[in-house]
Amino acid sequence: MANKLISEIPLPKSIANVFSARNISTAKDALTLTEFELMELLDVGLTEVRSALSQISEIVAPPYQTALSLMEQRFQNEHLGGHFPTGLKGLDAALCGGIPFGVLTELVGPAGIGKTQFCLKLSLLASLPTNYGGLDGRVIYIDVESKFSSRRLLEIGLRSFPEIFQMKEMAQEMAGRILVLRPTSLAEFTQSLEQIKVSLLQKQVKMLVIDSMAALVSGEPEQGARRQQTLSWHISFIKSLAEFSRIPVVVTNQVRSRNHDDASRYSFQVQSRDGAIGTTMQYDSHLVAALGIQWAHAVTTRLVLEAKSGERFIKVAKSPISPPLAFPFHITSSGISLLSDDGKEVMGPEINAIHCQGHNEIINFGMEGLH
Amino acid sequence: MEIWRLPISASQRGKLISAGYTSLSSLSSISSSDLARELKVSESEAMNILKVASHSRGSETSNASCSIVEGAQSAWDMLHDEESLMHITTSSADLDNILGGGIHCKEVTEIGGVPGIGKTQLGIQVAVNVQIPNDFGGLGGKAIYIDTEGSFMVERAFQIAEACIEDMSEYNRFLRKDFQECKIKMLPQDILENIFYFRICSYTEQIALINYLDKFLSEHKDVKVIVVDSVTFHFRQDFDDMALRTRVLSGMALKLMNLAKRFSLAVVLLNQVTTKHTEASFQLALALVTVLDLCSVTMLSR
Repeated sequence: MANKLISEIPLPKSIANVFSARNISTAKDALTLTEFELMELLDVGLTEVRSALSQISEIVAPPYQTALSLMEQRFQNEHLGGHFPTGLKGLDAALCGGIPFGVLTELVGPAGIGKTQFCLKLSLLASLPTNYGGLDGRVIYIDVESKFSSRRLLEIGLRSFPEIFQMKEMAQEMAGRILVLRPTSLAEFTQSLEQIKVSLLQKQVKMLVIDSMAALVSGEPEQGARRQQTLSWHISFIKSLAEFSRIPVVVTNQVRSRNHDDASRYSFQVQSRDGAIGTTMQYDSHLVAALGIQWAHAVTTRLVLEAKSGERFIKVAKSPISPPLAFPFHITSSGISLLSDDGKEVMGPEINAIHCQGHNEIINFGMEGLH
Repeated sequence: MEIWRLPISASQRGKLISAGYTSLSSLSSISSSDLARELKVSESEAMNILKVASHSRGSETSNASCSIVEGAQSAWDMLHDEESLMHITTSSADLDNILGGGIHCKEVTEIGGVPGIGKTQLGIQVAVNVQIPNDFGGLGGKAIYIDTEGSFMVERAFQIAEACIEDMSEYNRFLRKDFQECKIKMLPQDILENIFYFRICSYTEQIALINYLDKFLSEHKDVKVIVVDSVTFHFRQDFDDMALRTRVLSGMALKLMNLAKRFSLAVVLLNQVTTKHTEASFQLALALVTVLDLCSVTMLSR
């Protein structure tokens, strides 16, 4: 819509000619100039400029929809009103059905906590037919760090849905729906994204998983502000992919240590009532999500996976629907499962903290349990 | 006032100056036919120029001599006006107190905060609360929700609408003091029907929409709030010319201010925060805030 040609907009002939003579061919060119600039450039009066701008604006502006018709449309056309159930009952209940369509859902946590396991489980679920709770479609899995294990995928399938996966043809069919891409650089990733857009248009792909976003950027030589800029195009592109195809997009993110440069206090934040700023800083976790604040704004749902006093928790840190809840979970041979469906409500900034306490012991214990 | 400030086209201006008319007073005594002859333009064009010139001159002289009487309002009247203005409650008593009663009409309010703090939630709440009927102290108006990031969740809006209706029934019951079931005739679906949702995918569409709102608001006079979520999202990417960006953003802010005043509605702008690199330290600050200082700003933090 932004690149609509002026020639296609029904304007009075005289002004249309002037626009083309001055090389203003798209609506974007015309709308980024102010009224006075246009008057100077086109040598016409204010009223003509105003009427031309209002006509162009009317055509370029998107149509409206009432929130009610939006809701009805979603519930009619989409699976469960636009949610993909994860199979974790407590989490699905908190998220009003599951992972939302059309927006980015982020999984962030320290290494080895279970992000890839969660992604494997979700990919498997998405490939299943709808009567098993799946999306009955293809899944594109972008595996940046080569962590995808098809053996583990089939093990999860066999333990969770033995009736399907025991039959070799069915197992092949389901596993065949999961397409794994392994880009080795950001440029390759960019290319694959553009190809993905095409296959999404053909409606065969029902979910996109990117594991992990942070690893793509950390490999690049640019630092600081320019790195943010390269990523901003990708963020925008992935968001628009998710939105026009209305599929769930799951992205994993890593953690890093907090630098002393990191702005943890905001200039507009007042001191807490008991003046205990000093003590709160001590208990703040030293881990933060990688990829910065622009990324944090772009994701709609953020699920923090962390380890605290020997147990693992999945916390709903950012969600437009769910209150800030934490669910204990563990990794089993059939994937990931919650130890309790009643989430514990976490108040204040604690919900965003990422803890890694007692994590090493868990990893060792977990490995024994898996074999 | 000089000729070069008149809102006429460049070539007309050029002709006036080369014919020797450099100030407005020189145009005050000439007739349109004489002017047409001197400038070698048509008579209607000359009449137009004279009309524009007299209009500008008229407003200037009135400013100079009659500013005490014309166009000015005494501070007492302004106070009275402000008090009688209705506000849109944010459903949080503390926040309403800070804002002086709620979100004000005829004003642009900017709300900023870190990701996940609740800006969109507040935006949706305001879009629902503007619909509270007059009997309950609300504006009984409709809402426009301009979504630039795709963060509007219909299910959440439905939940908030349900809660709002429940609150109204509660209030009704309290007022009547007879503890009978006082059913409010509104349904959450009715509330959702009064929210006009626009989805914007680029800054061009954003500019076009704000231009188009003029016409839209004349056709839908019961809209009382415009929520833009979030106002700077599209301007933070792929804008190479920073000066252009500043000009476009300030133009947009002015238009919104204009809409707020003309149609007596409230404009709520939601903004993101970013890290600002000042000297050796990093601070969190509102994105592109310097451009939007026409509004009252509220920051949210946990």
